[in-house]
Amino acid sequence: MAANLDRVFILLRDWLIGFLPAAIRPAAGVVLGVIAIVCVFPGLFALTTVFERKGLGRMQNRIGPNRVGPFGLFQPVADGIKALIKEDIVPVTADAVVHFLAPLTLVIAVFMEFAVLPMGRNMALVDMGSGLLFFFAMSASTELSVFMAGWSSRNKYSMLGAMRAIAQMISYEIVLVLSSVTVVMIAGSLSLPKIVDAQNHYTGVFPHWYIFTPWGFAACLMFAVAATAETNRSPFDLPEGESELVAGYHTEYSGFKFALFFLGEYLAMFSVSGLGATLFLGGWSAPFSFLAFIPSWFWFFSKVMLSIFVFIWVRGTLPRLRQDQLMNFAWKFALPFTLLDLLVTALWHFLGAGWQRWVFCTVILVAAYVLMGLGQERHKRIGHRTYRYAD
Amino acid sequence: MLGEGILKGMAETARNFAGSFVSAERLTTVQYPEQRIPPAEDARVFPFLVYDGADWLAGLRCVACQICEKECPPKCIYIEKSKDKKPDFVGKPQFYPARFDIDVSVCMSCQICVEVCPFEAIKMDNEFELATDDRFGGLLYDCEKLAKSNEYYHCIHPTEAKEVDAKLADEKAKHEAKAAAQAATAKPVASAPRAEGGA
Amino acid sequence: MNAVFYLLAAITIAGGLAAILLKHLIHAALAVTVAFGGIALLFLQLDAQFVGFAQFLVYIGAVAILIVFAILLTHGAELPREGVFSKSWITALIIAAGVFAVTGWAVLQSVDAVPQRNTVPAVSVHDIGNALVGRYVLPLEIVGLLLTAATIGAVIVAMLEKERSR
Repeated sequence: MAANLDRVFILLRDWLIGFLPAAIRPAAGVVLGVIAIVCVFPGLFALTTVFERKGLGRMQNRIGPNRVGPFGLFQPVADGIKALIKEDIVPVTADAVVHFLAPLTLVIAVFMEFAVLPMGRNMALVDMGSGLLFFFAMSASTELSVFMAGWSSRNKYSMLGAMRAIAQMISYEIVLVLSSVTVVMIAGSLSLPKIVDAQNHYTGVFPHWYIFTPWGFAACLMFAVAATAETNRSPFDLPEGESELVAGYHTEYSGFKFALFFLGEYLAMFSVSGLGATLFLGGWSAPFSFLAFIPSWFWFFSKVMLSIFVFIWVRGTLPRLRQDQLMNFAWKFALPFTLLDLLVTALWHFLGAGWQRWVFCTVILVAAYVLMGLGQERHKRIGHRTYRYAD
Repeated sequence: MLGEGILKGMAETARNFAGSFVSAERLTTVQYPEQRIPPAEDARVFPFLVYDGADWLAGLRCVACQICEKECPPKCIYIEKSKDKKPDFVGKPQFYPARFDIDVSVCMSCQICVEVCPFEAIKMDNEFELATDDRFGGLLYDCEKLAKSNEYYHCIHPTEAKEVDAKLADEKAKHEAKAAAQAATAKPVASAPRAEGGA
Repeated sequence: MNAVFYLLAAITIAGGLAAILLKHLIHAALAVTVAFGGIALLFLQLDAQFVGFAQFLVYIGAVAILIVFAILLTHGAELPREGVFSKSWITALIIAAGVFAVTGWAVLQSVDAVPQRNTVPAVSVHDIGNALVGRYVLPLEIVGLLLTAATIGAVIVAMLEKERSR
């Protein structure tokens, strides 16, 4: 029964494609998977927009939207209708073709990222040998669309926003890739379902997720920071901060194209959370061995929604980072720390099982973190705050 | 240590988030229009004319002196003096406004009209839910719409109203004392018992 | 699979031609990105997954961005006043034809040199990794040194600018 519930989507797909001739069954299976992804994730996106607004509201001592449905849950419907019926303004001097293609490129690249995520047991749409590399390749294509958006608007604010966004994305992409490489080193494969399989054992009740190892914890931390920066999320949302750059590279977009950018950003958030869950949180494996009867796709989506909640939580807490602070942090702290983490992962592997590797790796990482953190804070001699009042 | 501030901040936000479901101090939203905060005592929006008693025509304190019309900075008050007179609260015959219009779309709630009125006739109201879809006529308030009773004034500004009432009672007492003294000096012999009876 | 190959080849060549013929430099840069994408898809068609995705990641994600940044930061984005085509195009044509002839001859020679099999040999990422640190470790280390030199050079250039700006 539990096994059937776990495989319910696979069984559903097999039943549906059973109606078709045998020749096109594999292709039809993939197409059904694509349809499922295209329906589920934008639906989750709609829910996330309303939960974000309500969550942020609660963190800011207020209620979020609560008028449009029970507890405001139909707010995305209202937002969607608004976005669809808005006039699509394209500036006269804008480059019409590139202006049109930019949100398309973003959304296509981001949707492709979902193809490799293992959303449950045997539920990755495509199991490629180099799935992780495919993921990063698609995420690199999003940078191109950001540039296209910013440049084609022929607007200095857009261009500035695009430049900043690209600089930020390139810097943090390195951190993202390197922190994933630590997982690849230990799991021994670039294929995401295999990485999940490598984490799917339990000692007693406790799972072997990589986040519970010292190098995995450090890598997950860096991954989380880099993921926030990659998706231009607060506190790294300078490229699209309303108070700085109007709306950065999507200033000149209105109506549905803006909705597509918004969709692309949130879907990127989902896919990078999915990747983080796969790499560090064990993908679809249950947190305790006695909970393994609950279906695997439930655990995957719970982990993704938990990551989204952490994203929203961080957004409600931190002020925006300035461009130079952000780049400083990437190149002077995050990257060296991630490289050190690579070395520590190798050390972990070569020391062999036992308590020694736990102690060594933890000590090295904590010491490095504290020392480098001190190095970062060295320049900030923030004294006691004084006030000058006009009298 | 690096990240300490972030963790403290996140703890505070989490406290806010969890607390907003249980305690009122972590959720300060007042869901207007279902809930309303009672306005402060000094809150002011647009002026209104005070009348004593039950009949607004007879009890209107305004004597159409037109000082407020002259002092109003955006000139939103328009007064037409009456031709005849009616007795005011001490009995003295005074003019009254045949027309008293305030254009509240122009009024800037500066309260200067209240400050300069010598007769405590115009005071600030605190009603703000005045939206209408008639942009010009609907926002031009005439004398009938502006006239509100003294009891209403007591409701919205109790302290002020008490002071104004005390002041007006004083004036009335002084006026009556003066009238009695005049009556006493005018007919000293014949009206002495009458004056004593009336004082 | 021939139809797919011709389609991808058409996309790549179209991108390359557009890159040469378009007047606006940024359009040309975007067209060359399309050409990179076409090459990546050709790699994927040959089942070279690692190289294909690396082509996406490196060429489209980094090199194309680099090209556009270079164009933008050096005022190349303004439309040119004179004609875009060079006056000595005949010399250029001869040189290009010569290079193409040499490369084509080399490719055709190599077709005979490599044994033809019906199936493409399955090369996994493991094999690439093993080859990189086994047989090709010297080129790997040299490329690493080259990248280190480039990074140090970039840091020096940035530092010098900071010195000068003070």
